Amino acid sequence: MLKLYDTDIESRLLLGTARYPSPEILRQAVLASRTGIVTVSLRREMAGGRTGGAFFSMIRDLGVRVLPNTAGCHTAREAVLTAHMAREVFATDWIKLEVIGHHDTLQPDVFELVEAARILCAEGFRVFPYTTEDLGVGERLLEAGCQVLMPWCAPIGSAMGPVNIGALRSYRAHFPEVPLIVDAGIGRPSHAAAVMELGFDAVLLNTAVAGAGDPVAMAVAFAGAVEAGRAACLAGPLEPRDMAVPSTPVIGKAVFS
Amino acid sequence: MRILIRGAGVVGLALAHELAGAGHAVAVADPAGEAGGGASRHAGGMLAPWCEGETAPAEVVSLGQEAIGWWESALPGHVTRRGTLVVAPARDGAELRRFAARTEGHSLLDGAGIAALEPDLAGRFSGGLFFAGEAHLDPRAALAALAEKLAGAGVPLVFGAEASALAGPSGGKGFDAVVDCTGASAIGTQTTLRPVRGEMLVLETRDIALLRPVRLLHPRIPLYVVPRGNGRFMVGATMIESGDDGPISARSAMELLNAAYALHPAFGEARVLETGTGLRPAYADNMPRLLRDGDTFSLNGFYRHGFLLAPAMARRAAREIGDRT
Repeated sequence: MLKLYDTDIESRLLLGTARYPSPEILRQAVLASRTGIVTVSLRREMAGGRTGGAFFSMIRDLGVRVLPNTAGCHTAREAVLTAHMAREVFATDWIKLEVIGHHDTLQPDVFELVEAARILCAEGFRVFPYTTEDLGVGERLLEAGCQVLMPWCAPIGSAMGPVNIGALRSYRAHFPEVPLIVDAGIGRPSHAAAVMELGFDAVLLNTAVAGAGDPVAMAVAFAGAVEAGRAACLAGPLEPRDMAVPSTPVIGKAVFS
Repeated sequence: MRILIRGAGVVGLALAHELAGAGHAVAVADPAGEAGGGASRHAGGMLAPWCEGETAPAEVVSLGQEAIGWWESALPGHVTRRGTLVVAPARDGAELRRFAARTEGHSLLDGAGIAALEPDLAGRFSGGLFFAGEAHLDPRAALAALAEKLAGAGVPLVFGAEASALAGPSGGKGFDAVVDCTGASAIGTQTTLRPVRGEMLVLETRDIALLRPVRLLHPRIPLYVVPRGNGRFMVGATMIESGDDGPISARSAMELLNAAYALHPAFGEARVLETGTGLRPAYADNMPRLLRDGDTFSLNGFYRHGFLLAPAMARRAAREIGDRT
């Protein structure tokens, strides 16, 4: 079973909670995906106000573990502040750390990310850093105290799927013992299956389900894909070869004709 | 039958219009100082059922189709039937294809087609969608006119302390039925109703003219601009799961202005006449509901579809209230 910060997690699919057509469809999608962890972004306006907690109450009522995130933060300081707020709102020391470098491409600012990870780990947070597939940055995040790494497979919301399979392979090979979750860039169930086949421990996605024509049906599709990819990885998939290999013996037939 | 309606927003006034039209003795009471002072004040006023079908359930599209005819017949001259134009920046062509795949009632436009509809957008976009059957109105003008029409028809509209006395917790005496249409103000009394914060701007510029609402698709910051006449444009709207009704945030203002600027650089020179924040009342499925508890009804939860769904829901609610009480 997947272990994240000493917690056993049944499902290898983590689901974001933003941009669904309605909270009711979000609730149904979460159930259909059989996920054990949902991520929630905090904006400052959301925590304040008279009844700002209405949406958060709904999230808490989903009955799954909540992984708050720092989406939209551009500096380590901002991310640390948001993490503190998230800990209060959701009574959890888990935090998905996201520090954005570019407003447009949403690429992470890895320098600020490592700095924020260092501060938050020292404060006792369990940090899930959203990062690139850069090995050096991954090492720095581990040094900072992270025990999980979450490399992207393509830019956030791009739905491109794994654009750099080679880099993801070497990431897996370089960190054989660290739980690795592919976060961001997944567009279709086949993308999720593909990275699970590479040996990643889980995938985190949001728009691929929330933005689908039927989010609930797509959640079911992703649940199946993640399980299939994991099962295939454990089963040991074939490596591609250049020559055809017949699956039925051809003894007794003329080979050269 | 004597019926008291609490709330003089778009829902309360539309319901009053239906009930009064059916011959009931209706009174409208709103503790705020004027008609349409709540979320209605910040509405876009787009009567765009087909566009809303992008994310809303099919019921919104079907119910919403009653809106244009209802507003035209209730308030002749207030509805502008020129359709909706939907455009996307060149690099967000995928957003346009997605929008087209999830909606009906549109035709595809190329750059020349866009220029023919909106000359000031010529050369800015190479593809778009035209929803010819849609329309828009000015929400503030429409609600003021509706309130005036109701008053003229003998419907008492009371505000402030007088309304609180009439419609407060111990009020409603002497009426056969009471209907709560107070929208976001009802949130404290119904646990399943939640607020969704919306922020908007009003810009003024004479450097660009638009004839109809234009929606700019963007994966993160979808935006609409609704022409209000006299060089004024309503730009909206954010959707934030929050009950904070404080002033617009710098980030939201920046994003709305950026998107408006992307639609046309002339908006960069526009004056910001107004910023506004409102709370949309919504149930978990973002659909409105008529609820009943004895002689007390509630018609709430219109989310971002007040002007679009108030007519159809008011019709149905008026029938049900008239039948059951």
